[in-house]
Amino acid sequence: MSRIVNIDGQRCVGCEQCIGVCPVDAIRMEDGIAVVDPSSCTGCGECLRTCPVEAISFPESEPEAQAQAPQEAVAQAAPIQAALPEVWVFVEQLRGIAAPVSWELIGHAGKLAADLGGRVAAAVLGHEVEPLAKAAIAYGAERVYLIDDPVLAHYRTQPYLHGMTRLIENYRPEIVLLGATTTGRDLAGAVATTVHTGLTADCTGLTINPDSKLLEQTRPAYGGNIMATILCEKYRPQMATVRPRVMPMPDRDDARRGEIIREPLGLAEEEIRAKVVDYLSDVPQDDQVRLEDASVIVAGGRGLGGPQGFGMLKELADLLHGVVAASRAAVDSGWMPHLFQVGQTGKTVRPRIYFACGISGAIQHLVGMQTSDVIIAINRDPSAPVFQMADYGIVGDVYRVVPAIIKTVKERLGSTGGG
Amino acid sequence: MLRIVACVKQVPDTTQVRIDPETNTLIREGVPSIINPFDVHAIEEAVRLKERYGGTATMLCMGPPWATEALQKALSFGADDAILLTDRALAGSDTWATSAALAAAIRKLAEREPVDLVICGKQTIDGDTAQVGPGIATRLGFAQLTYVDKVESVDPEARRIRVRRMLEGAREIVEAPLPALLSVVKEINEPRYASLPDLVRGLRFQVPVWHVTDLDVAADEVGLRGSPTQVRRIFPPPRRGQGEIIAGALEDPDRAAAALVDRLIESGRIGQ
Repeated sequence: MSRIVNIDGQRCVGCEQCIGVCPVDAIRMEDGIAVVDPSSCTGCGECLRTCPVEAISFPESEPEAQAQAPQEAVAQAAPIQAALPEVWVFVEQLRGIAAPVSWELIGHAGKLAADLGGRVAAAVLGHEVEPLAKAAIAYGAERVYLIDDPVLAHYRTQPYLHGMTRLIENYRPEIVLLGATTTGRDLAGAVATTVHTGLTADCTGLTINPDSKLLEQTRPAYGGNIMATILCEKYRPQMATVRPRVMPMPDRDDARRGEIIREPLGLAEEEIRAKVVDYLSDVPQDDQVRLEDASVIVAGGRGLGGPQGFGMLKELADLLHGVVAASRAAVDSGWMPHLFQVGQTGKTVRPRIYFACGISGAIQHLVGMQTSDVIIAINRDPSAPVFQMADYGIVGDVYRVVPAIIKTVKERLGSTGGG
Repeated sequence: MLRIVACVKQVPDTTQVRIDPETNTLIREGVPSIINPFDVHAIEEAVRLKERYGGTATMLCMGPPWATEALQKALSFGADDAILLTDRALAGSDTWATSAALAAAIRKLAEREPVDLVICGKQTIDGDTAQVGPGIATRLGFAQLTYVDKVESVDPEARRIRVRRMLEGAREIVEAPLPALLSVVKEINEPRYASLPDLVRGLRFQVPVWHVTDLDVAADEVGLRGSPTQVRRIFPPPRRGQGEIIAGALEDPDRAAAALVDRLIESGRIGQ
C-alpha cells in the first residue's frame, strides 16, 4: 500500500507548483488551495520537494527521512557557469541623463560579483552616451558594453531589445539587472522572452547562494502580503528588475578605471516600426519635489476623511522642507492625484522621515515606504497595522495631533522648521 | 474594422488578503476572486475601440475552470466573445510560460481572422510583474506599446495606431503599425457599469474552453516545466524593530506632539 500526501490548506499559497510536478495528476486547485486526490496519489513525494511553503507532508507515522532524502538531488542541478561570470546592469537613460536606479544597481552588482568571483559590467545603449559609460565606471562597473547609435536616441522597445539581445548573446552574462521603471520593465520582459530565460520583477533582495552560486531573487508577492524567493536554475542570464531606491546609492569615484567595449547596433531606422512623435514632460511645479527624492514625506490616508486634511499635511511638510504624499485609499477617493501615491501600485520612497497620517498601513502601502529612516504613525485605531512598522506611534485624532506637531515645531525651531 | 483581443486574468483581491499573526500564514478564506483591476480597463478600451472603429472584441483568459465567471462579466461590459484557456498542464506557469500559452491562443484566434490589437492591463495585482504583455508582444512580433494612458487614434486602413504612453514624470506620443499590443494604465478610461440585460447576456454565454492540446505550443514550453523561474521559498515580510508608542494623545494631543518633536530634535532628525 502506498503512502499519500497531506496538504495543509492553511499553509498553501496556491502557487500550483505541486500540480506541475505531480506525475499522476493527483492534485487540483479548489478555491485557490491545492487538494490531493487520495485515489490517484502514489506517494512519490515530488510535490513535497517542490512546495515552497512546506504545506505538503506525509502523515507523521511515516519515516521523515524518506521525504527528506531526495532534496539533495534537486540542489545538485548544475548551474551553467561562464569562465569569469559577469553581473550586468542595464544603464537606463533619458536624453543622456541616467536613471539613478542604474547606479544603485551597479553598487549592488558589485557585491554580487564579489560573491560570484566575477566582475560588474554595464550595458549602455543610447546616442552620444559615452559620458554615461564613463559614469558607469565611476560608480563601479569594471567593464562597459556600449552601443552608441542615433537609432537609440529615444527609447523604443524594438531597437533596445535588438541591442540588448545582441550583447547578451555575444558576451553571455551570468546575471542581468534592470530598474523596475516603465522603461526597464518594458525592455526586460521582451529581452527575457527573446533570449529564453527567467525574469523576476520588482526584487527587494538579491543575494548569491554560497553553495549553488545561484541568484536568490526575493520579491513581495500577493500585493506584498508575502515574500517569495525565486530561482532561475537552468537558463542564463538570470534576470531581475529592482525598484528605484531599494538599493543604496554607491559613491562615485572618477579615479576608477574600466574597459569600454563598443558594439554596433546593426539595425537601421527604416527597420524600426514605432516612431516617437512627441514627448511631453510632466514637469513638477516649482514647489513640488519629486516624491522619490524627498527627505521628509507627510502622507495622508483614508483616516483624513476627505481632501481637506491635505492642507494641514502640506503645512507640516512645508515647515520641514518636505512633500505631501497619499495612500491608495486617498488617491482612489479622488483626494490626491496618482502622482502622489506611495505603495505597491504607486511609488517606492526612502525619506529620512515618513509621517503616515490616518493611514491604516495595508501591506500594499507599507512596501512602498518601509525603508524610510524614521516612520511616524498617527492614527485613531490602536490596532492599525501601521503601528507595527512605526518607530513612533501616536494613537489619536490626526486633526488634533498634526496641528499640535506644527505648533510645536514652530515653537522649538521657528517658522522655518530650523532649515 | 478592428479585431481586438483583451487578456483578462482572474485574481484574488489582494487588498483583502491578510496575514494570520499567530501562524504567519496567508488568510485566504473569504478572499473574493475579481477581474484583475487593470484588466477591467483593458476590457473597456477594447470595447470602446470596437465601438468607435467597428470590429470585434474577444476576451481571452488563462485560468482555472471557474474563471468563466470573469469572462462572463467581461462579456456583460460589451465584449463580443470569449475564450477560456484552461488545462492542468498550465499549472505553475511563470510569466515566460504564461506568455507562451497566451501567444499560442492568440495565434489560434488569428487563424480565423487576423488580430489587429491585443490589449492587456499593465500588470496583475497578484503577480505585479508587468512581464506577460511584453512577452506576448515579443512572441507574436507585434509592436509593443506599454503603459498606454490614451489611444489617440487608430487608422484601420493605413494600419497604424497612435497612443500616449505614461512614463515617470513624462508622457510620449508613439505611432506604430498594426498589429500591436497595448498594456494600459487605469487612467486610460472610466469602465462602464453593465446594464441588467447585459449581465444576463454575459451569464447566458457559453464560454468556449481551449486546452493546451488545442494550441500549437510544445508541452515543455508551458506550465511548471516550461517556466524558467521557480519559487523556492515563501515567507512573511520582515518587520522593523519595535517602535515606541507615545501615549496620551487622545486626551492631550499637544503633549504627545511635543514629546514626538523633542525626540526628533534630540535624535537629530529635524532642526539640523
